[in-house]
Amino acid sequence: MLLLSSVQLFAQSNDVEMADALRSNGKIYVVVICIVIILLGLLIYLFSLDKRLKKIEKKSSDKN
Amino acid sequence: MNKIWWKILGSVLVLYTAIAGLLLGVPHLAILNETIRNLYFHVPMWFAMLTLFSISVFYSVKYLLHGKESDDLRAIESVNVGIIFSILGLVTGAVWAKFTWGQFWSFDVKQNFTAVAILLYFAYLVLRNAIDEQQKRAKISAIYNIFAFPMMVVLIMVLPRLSDSLHPGNGGNPGFNSYDLDSRMRAVLYPAFIGWSIIGYWIYTIRFRIRTIENKQNS
Repeated sequence: MLLLSSVQLFAQSNDVEMADALRSNGKIYVVVICIVIILLGLLIYLFSLDKRLKKIEKKSSDKN
Repeated sequence: MNKIWWKILGSVLVLYTAIAGLLLGVPHLAILNETIRNLYFHVPMWFAMLTLFSISVFYSVKYLLHGKESDDLRAIESVNVGIIFSILGLVTGAVWAKFTWGQFWSFDVKQNFTAVAILLYFAYLVLRNAIDEQQKRAKISAIYNIFAFPMMVVLIMVLPRLSDSLHPGNGGNPGFNSYDLDSRMRAVLYPAFIGWSIIGYWIYTIRFRIRTIENKQNS
């Protein structure tokens, strides 16, 4: 019975493999920076699209 | 629509969830390991889709009430962006499943039914393409949208909870069960919901504005 109940302990202990290696050698920050670069790039693209649209809208409403 | 503050808010939130999502602590769960962080990306895709489809059905109802063409344009463009997010959600879910459930497609209830729900909205697009006259197209697709939306809700959120599913939160209580208990994850997940919904909404407004100008130039 004791053996059965001890199995559940593994769910929260450090026995679950996490990416601690990537964290300890700092490489996790490489992953973060890459993702941030991608996101920033896409967001800047969105902002520039928005600006371009605003210009066209102004022109289109000025004509009217 | 042209205000910038909410766009910056959405951008900041999304960037925050990407950084915090990778760097902050998470529960150590067997099988999932670090992939639990996918929660911060996979689930907000669906939340954004829900936001956009809700906007769509709102404007479909509005169109039927007032007959304004701009409402119809809002309905279609929000569906367009919603479909994009749903496909992103489906694909990210399949990739996540490959490494945690064993295969890309487990014929899990939620996987199957969300695919069906996406097909429902593809049918909305096909329906629109099939009708040439603007008012008829708007009216008929608005009616279809009003049926499609609750069906989608039932397929994605109700039915999976009623049956055995691999997805956490189904076959039992709503929410994310063991994940939801961890307030560390909530601190990233809830801002992610808001941030990605804002981004989705932003893309929809851009598409709508383009449509409006094209419409004006065509008429």
